[in-house]
Amino acid sequence: MDEQISKVSVIISKGSLEGVYPGLIMANGARMEGIEANLFFTFFGLDAINKAKHEHVKVSTVGNPGLHLATWAGGIPGVSALVTHKLAAEMEKLDIPPIPEFVEMIAESGAGLYACKASVDLFGLGEDDFIDEVDEVITVGEFYGLAAGGQIIFT
Amino acid sequence: MSTLSYAGTTVDVDAEGFLTDPQQWNEEIAAEIAAENGIDQLTDRHWLVINFMRDTYLESGSAPSIRTLGKASGVPIKELYQLFPKGPAKLAAKIAGIPKPRGCI
Repeated sequence: MDEQISKVSVIISKGSLEGVYPGLIMANGARMEGIEANLFFTFFGLDAINKAKHEHVKVSTVGNPGLHLATWAGGIPGVSALVTHKLAAEMEKLDIPPIPEFVEMIAESGAGLYACKASVDLFGLGEDDFIDEVDEVITVGEFYGLAAGGQIIFT
Repeated sequence: MSTLSYAGTTVDVDAEGFLTDPQQWNEEIAAEIAAENGIDQLTDRHWLVINFMRDTYLESGSAPSIRTLGKASGVPIKELYQLFPKGPAKLAAKIAGIPKPRGCI
């Protein structure tokens, strides 16, 4: 217990529900322990801070063996929405907030929220596309600068 | 189980110093635990959180999550982190004399 982590920088690179939550939980959990935290959203992970999309992040039901659902069944229209809905209900029971509320909570906890410049350019996005809590669009080099002296977690 | 002495009282604590019996707690003990953790002065805002933690634990048997604290204690999340910089849920639980919360959220 003597050695403690004092800073973490969490990268969220996936746009599925199960791709976004682990990074949010790691960042929020860090703040809960008084650990400094940064969140860096890249590629489809940007959906978690995209105003138009953050309420519509879904469980990936195709090519997700963990669901133990036949691939053809996972591809039926509406199945992803249904699984997402059921999971969201279970999460609410455990007091796990929906993604938009969770991201806001993490921002309020003092964590830094950043969007990856390369992905923002690739998708033709601008700062206006993101929720107000996002601090800045930064380059990977700037991210390393922010992460210096701490641990980096890629999800 | 070990014991610690606060404000002239001996209390039972776990390995991290959380009281294991909330009944042994009093406000003087709270002030000493707070000082030990870098909070020299407990303000009304601190007490609002501490009392909410205690009441919730004594009623439900578990400490509230940060989300619940933010929504129901009367102190918003941003301020929770300012009041308890080392982590609001756990430090407030320690000061409130209740067992360490084990939630991930």
